[in-house]
Formats: sequence, structure tokens, C-alpha cells
Amino acid sequence: MRESAIMNIHYITGLAAIVLVGIHVMFRLIVPYGASLEYENVIANYQNLPYAIVLELILVTVAIHGFNGLRIVLIEWRQGDSWEKGVKWACVAAAIAIIAYGSRTILLASMGGAI
Amino acid sequence: MTKNIKLRMYRHIPGKDSPHYDTFEVPAERWTTVLDALLYAKAYNDHSIAVRYSCRMASCGSCGMMINGIPRLACYTKIYELDTDTITCQPLSNFPIIRDLATDFSTFFQHHKDMKPYIVNDLDDIDEKAREFLQSPKELEEFLQFSYCIKCGLCYASCPVVATDKKFPGPQALAQMYRYFADNRDQAADERLKIVDDRHGVWRCHFAGSCSKVCPKGVDPALGIQLLRGYMMGFAKKEKKEPILFAKETVA
Repeated sequence: MRESAIMNIHYITGLAAIVLVGIHVMFRLIVPYGASLEYENVIANYQNLPYAIVLELILVTVAIHGFNGLRIVLIEWRQGDSWEKGVKWACVAAAIAIIAYGSRTILLASMGGAI
Repeated sequence: MTKNIKLRMYRHIPGKDSPHYDTFEVPAERWTTVLDALLYAKAYNDHSIAVRYSCRMASCGSCGMMINGIPRLACYTKIYELDTDTITCQPLSNFPIIRDLATDFSTFFQHHKDMKPYIVNDLDDIDEKAREFLQSPKELEEFLQFSYCIKCGLCYASCPVVATDKKFPGPQALAQMYRYFADNRDQAADERLKIVDDRHGVWRCHFAGSCSKVCPKGVDPALGIQLLRGYMMGFAKKEKKEPILFAKETVA
């Protein structure tokens, strides 16, 4: 994939994350702040499908944006073919792992299972 | 009015001695430049001082160095405008040192060469009929400021990305890339974009803007880099109007 395509994804996920976190905060404002942090309410949020979808989208956009950012930092810090390839695949693997684990948590909670 | 200033100069021969500073007392008039002061010290204090210079009028770009911590041309920097009695001269940052203030520009020039700094056009403007491309003033303005670059390396020395990423072409090379990309006589726009659409290419610029700040010729490399990005992201479209190719007799 060309760097311009990766950077397009980077900027789009960054902007999308800002919008989605804004929506997430708006969701939280439906109930008083103290009540929103109670265990039952937090679990109930996950069982609200639009809320769970927003959480999943935040997870995906932040993971992609964050790990691509980390990749950029690391290839600017040190150069070399093996280092750069290693960093690229480590970041891809870490992003997939985080998305998979986070999705599992969101799915389990939304289906009423133990997290 | 003559005043004496202290010229604190970085001295180092790689592989022979360790870096240190020598201080010379040099007379300065209102018109004395840092290069004049260095040449005075070289003539009257220490013949072994290594400093690269040529035109003495900010045209050749040879005498770039860190003067009081900022990349400047020694021939273009008057001692009085620095408003201090001690002037520290160091070799340009981000360049390997050859000796004292003389630095190695090989990597810098290689990055410049990699950008194909020439017009690529099948309709060569030099043929047996001595034809030439005509450009409107507007078409010229698209790239004119970038063609003022004298390759002095000050922007490269001031770039924080070059300091850590040696594969990054640097502001000079990228601005020159834009200069030819924006020229409507050039036909290699796509090819040029591919050169910098790389892991260490145009996307690594952090837009610190120090390159534009230090340029002695008023070039704005940071602008060129952002314009390139705009084209690559599709915010700007390249509508190259083919230049008119005239035979000289036709023009006459």
C-alpha cells in the first residue's frame, strides 16, 4: 500500500475518532454523570445497540490511527529495512489484537455475558 | 566605528582530534560580515581554519553555517545585526563534518538528484529550429519562488525531521520536486509523485516551518511540501495547460 493511501486512512480515522468520541460523550449526557458510572448502567449501555456500535467504531478508528502513529514515530526514530518491516508488521498485529480483544469485550457485554 | 568582537569557532578534524572551540578577537565595522570575520581570523590568527565560501553575495550557497545557533549564510549575516559581542560559528547541523566549518553535502545533493531536478518533456525545446516554450506570468508564478533555491542547505540543517530520519529527502529536495511538478512544461508529474510517496517521503514533514524561516532567498519549502500533499490527497487538481511551443522566428 502506498504511503499516501495509508496517510489518507490515518487522517480519516483521526477525524472519525473525534466525531465518534463526541457522540459517545453525548450518549453519556443522557443520564447524570454519577449515575452513568454505576455498574448496571455501564452494562446497560453495552446492550444498547447504537451505543455498542459507536464503541466498536471508536475502538477500530483509534486502534488504526494510534498504531499507525506509533509506526511513524518508530520509523522516524530509527531506519533500516529489517527494523521498518518489523515495526510495520508489529503495529499491524498489535492493532488487530487490540481490535479483536476489544470487540470480544463489547460483544460479551452486549450479550449480557461476563466480561 | 570599529569594535572588537570575539569569534568563537568550532574546530574539529574527524579522526584526528576531538571537537573544541577556538576564540579569536576580530575587528568589526558596521559592514563586516561573519564571513569577513572568519577570513580575518584565517588570515591573521590561524591559517588552518577550514571554511567553505565562494561568491560572498548570497548567490552560491557555500558559506552556510550555524551562527549563534541558527543556520545562516556567513556572507549574508552582518556582525552588527547579531547585536552581540561573541559570535559562535558551528558547522551546519544534520551534515557530516569534513573539517571545522566545512561539511559534506553528498547526501544532500543525492536527495536533490533523486527528485529529477530537470524538465522532462518529449517535445524538447532545444532542436534544430531552436524552439522555445512560452509561459504566461501566472504559469511562471506557480513555481517561480522555488526556483530561487541556491542549495545552501540551511533548510536541511534546520529541519527537525532530517535530524532523526536520514532517509527523509529534506525540505530543499521536496521543494525542488514541487518546483518541477508545478512547471507546466514538465510531463513527469505522476512519476515525480511516486518518488516522494514513500515511507520516508513527503508525509514525514511535521510542518515545523523552520526551513522557510531560515531560507536566505525567501523560498518557502514548507509551502511546497504542503501543496504536494494537497495534490496527493486530491484536494488540488493538476490542470496542466500545455505550454505553447513557438519557433523563434514565429515569435520575432
